[in-house]
Amino acid sequence: MRKLFPLLCCHCLFFFAILGSLAAASIVDTIDQVQPKIVKIYGAGGLHGLEAYQSGMLISSEGHILTALSHVLDTDYVTAVLADGRTFEAKLLGADPRLEVAVLKIDAAGTSYFDLGKAVKVDAGTLVLAFSNIFGVAQGNEPASVQKGTISVVTRLEARRGAFETPYRGPIYVLDVTTNNSGAAGGALVTRRGELAGMLGKELRNTLNNTWLNYALPIAELRQSVDEIRAGKFVVREPETSRKPRRSLDLPSRGIMLIPDVLQRTPPYVDHVLPGSPAQKAGIRPDDLIVLLGDRLVASCKVLASDLEYVDYEDEIKVTVLRGQQLIEFALHAADGAKTLKKGQPQ
Amino acid sequence: MKRVCQVIALLMMAASWAQAEPAAAILNAESQRIAVINKVKDCVLAVFTPNGQGGGSGVVISPDGYALSNFHVVLPCGKALQCGMADGKIYDAVVVGIDPTGDVALVKLFGRDDFPCASLGDSDQVRAGDWVFAMGNPFLLATDLQPTVTYGLVSGVHRYQFPSGTLLEYADCLQVDTSINPGNSGGPLFDAQGRLIGINGRASFEKRGRVNVGAAYAISINQIKNFLGTLHSGRIVDHATLGARVGADADGRVVVTDILETSDAYRRGLRYDDEIISFGGRPVSTPNGFKNVLGIFPKGWRVPLSYRRDGRRHDILVRLAGVHSQEELIAKATGRPPAELMPMPKPGEGPKSGPHGGGKPRGDQPPLPRPGTGPSASRRDIPIPEIVKQHFQEKRGYANYYFNTLQQQRVWKAWNAGANPDGVKGVWTLAGHLPQGGEFRFQLTGSGASLKLPAGETKWTAEGQLGASLLPVHSGGLLPALYLWRRLAVEGLGRFGQLDYYGTAPLAGHEGLVDVLAGAHKDVECRFYFDPVEGHLLAMEMFPDEDADPCEVYFSDYRKVGGRFWPERIEVRYGDELFAAFKVTAGDR
Repeated sequence: MRKLFPLLCCHCLFFFAILGSLAAASIVDTIDQVQPKIVKIYGAGGLHGLEAYQSGMLISSEGHILTALSHVLDTDYVTAVLADGRTFEAKLLGADPRLEVAVLKIDAAGTSYFDLGKAVKVDAGTLVLAFSNIFGVAQGNEPASVQKGTISVVTRLEARRGAFETPYRGPIYVLDVTTNNSGAAGGALVTRRGELAGMLGKELRNTLNNTWLNYALPIAELRQSVDEIRAGKFVVREPETSRKPRRSLDLPSRGIMLIPDVLQRTPPYVDHVLPGSPAQKAGIRPDDLIVLLGDRLVASCKVLASDLEYVDYEDEIKVTVLRGQQLIEFALHAADGAKTLKKGQPQ
Repeated sequence: MKRVCQVIALLMMAASWAQAEPAAAILNAESQRIAVINKVKDCVLAVFTPNGQGGGSGVVISPDGYALSNFHVVLPCGKALQCGMADGKIYDAVVVGIDPTGDVALVKLFGRDDFPCASLGDSDQVRAGDWVFAMGNPFLLATDLQPTVTYGLVSGVHRYQFPSGTLLEYADCLQVDTSINPGNSGGPLFDAQGRLIGINGRASFEKRGRVNVGAAYAISINQIKNFLGTLHSGRIVDHATLGARVGADADGRVVVTDILETSDAYRRGLRYDDEIISFGGRPVSTPNGFKNVLGIFPKGWRVPLSYRRDGRRHDILVRLAGVHSQEELIAKATGRPPAELMPMPKPGEGPKSGPHGGGKPRGDQPPLPRPGTGPSASRRDIPIPEIVKQHFQEKRGYANYYFNTLQQQRVWKAWNAGANPDGVKGVWTLAGHLPQGGEFRFQLTGSGASLKLPAGETKWTAEGQLGASLLPVHSGGLLPALYLWRRLAVEGLGRFGQLDYYGTAPLAGHEGLVDVLAGAHKDVECRFYFDPVEGHLLAMEMFPDEDADPCEVYFSDYRKVGGRFWPERIEVRYGDELFAAFKVTAGDR
């Protein structure tokens, strides 16, 4: 009897699990349960096939929104529209450029949200629903679009390196349905019961054969970054949180000349590198995009300039750049070259 | 111990039963799905242009062969098209009416009076997450004329798709992730029970080429139900405008941002900055929601609208004007379809999937209709089938006026059922007591009309312009209106003046849609509303001017006198006021 007991328990559990799945909520119920957590996001874009909208999902009851880091967030005026039609100005709390994931914050409380801690891992063959504002078709309180699909394979995007332009190298859920359209990035991938499994990624086109990938990033891959952003890492500096040094660091002193700052949010691209400078010695090249200063997110030339005001002229700085689809970190010392430059400059 | 073992055995049996259960449920669902598809496939059309240079899909909606498709599918066909059905036969068809703005076409098939047809569902009951399937002829693959089925999910309802140019607006449409590809256009979208809930026709195309991208749009069947009467009129149907623009204000309210002073909405009291609460019986909370409602109504309908001003709610009935002028509409009805629509696939286009791919007919199947000789064969080269010629009549502003005459005669016959037309030719006298006391007496003749009231007599003669003296005062022109009523009965369809079948429209105080004849005599326009079942004239309106309120006359309490039904109650309204209600107790017609 003792031997039989575990077997009996197993069968009973299996029995109830089956009953549970039979009683699982219908798709319509799942949709009703998920829609209040989906956010429509509007920001920069609107030209040359770059849409000014994307999707996101609420991940706390205090108004934290998980979304994809993209050009849409390249503005000080990001708007988040909740499922009930309420419109909020959204603040970019922080972003991790390695995963192209961003967290926004709105002044809302008591909203429905996905608990990232309860997100599930899914396997190939799992039936899923994708929620996003594809093609910006929903406005105001109109619900986001829902698509049904199946996880085709769980694989690493790295395997396709060179074909898809993204810095992300982790595992992805590949889907059998055309989910990753314009505006879908940041949308939620859930199981048929409404459990969060992934976030729809940005549109990825295989440059070799002009095909498009439909995929989602597993929440487990994003969670640490999201937690770190919420804990203050990769965040946009709050103004006047620390004292300015007597003399602040400027990039030309390390040999980096940025492109002219002409936009509201000019991406901090390196225009050219001064010969013999620390930057050149370290290996920074023209067209590198500065994405992190230390572990702070650098969203624009202005942010970079204001962040540098808090760095002492003598300090070593760590700069992470995006070159092609690679993230590379450099340490820039206050080298002799800088001192030479200093001598030639009027004080 | 033995008992315990029995219990275990029982539980294990239950568990294995439970294990088998989902499989049975899935098999059951599958067989149900197959049964539904088999039931509806017979009414699906593969639409071909007469020269075989393209095609689309369609669906039959009545046993006598009326069928729906997209405007952009029938546009290249001209007046004649050929439709393949799952019975393996190809039927000749003629275009009946087109809605270029809503991208809908009504066609009529010939050759049977027992066509298998789809039952129309209620698209307002469709919810995101419902299972749906599309049928049709994507990539013109159905060389054996068996429709292709694609199954999917409703991704969103009440979607608004901006017009391509100023045409082909998909308002209040259904968004599906069902695969919709070139050739699916005009084909049916069915719900899981096989009821027709939409006509597929558009997809979001951006950078991935013109194939399914997981977001396609179907025109809702409820919108088409609104337009069906006007499509049966054979005309190039126009959509409606309120004469006002709306937008969301800072608080997210939908407010009037601009309004034409000549619009009926303005005359009914709507002003700049009023908040729209509901429209067409549906609550409005976004500008898209407003446009969705507007997009489902034909030009000329009167629709309820509620707005709020200074915290007070106002409920009005507004008459919707047309979006286009007739010239614009004709130009658009002959123009090129824009890019967002599913293109017409050419034979040979599409996935090259094996020897039978690409739309080429197989040797053992009936050949596809291709009377033309090749790519150079233009529309003009194709002989029009005799049956199509017999059912086609050209008229400016119409896709096919033949069907308008059919409808006119139907309405006329129903109104005059069993009546002697010569019996109405004399002087019409209608008399009775006014509710407030005193007597009234109308006299209607071929040259004028008069009304005798206790306060005196008003006489009106039909010389010169009818709209010049709208007597009695404050009635909006009751005497000219009643003169036209008599004229319609006496002169009939041919001699009244310009008179066409408008289609169907709602009428205040009447459930469902009613038949409408629209006409003009001299300088005034008029509309006559008929009960679609009884044939009675329910109401008429006389418009002295395009931008003026009409005189509205409502007829009810019909009683048979001399083989013909006559109304005993005549109610007259003008603008927002009731002018009078006459109870006819005596008369001589």
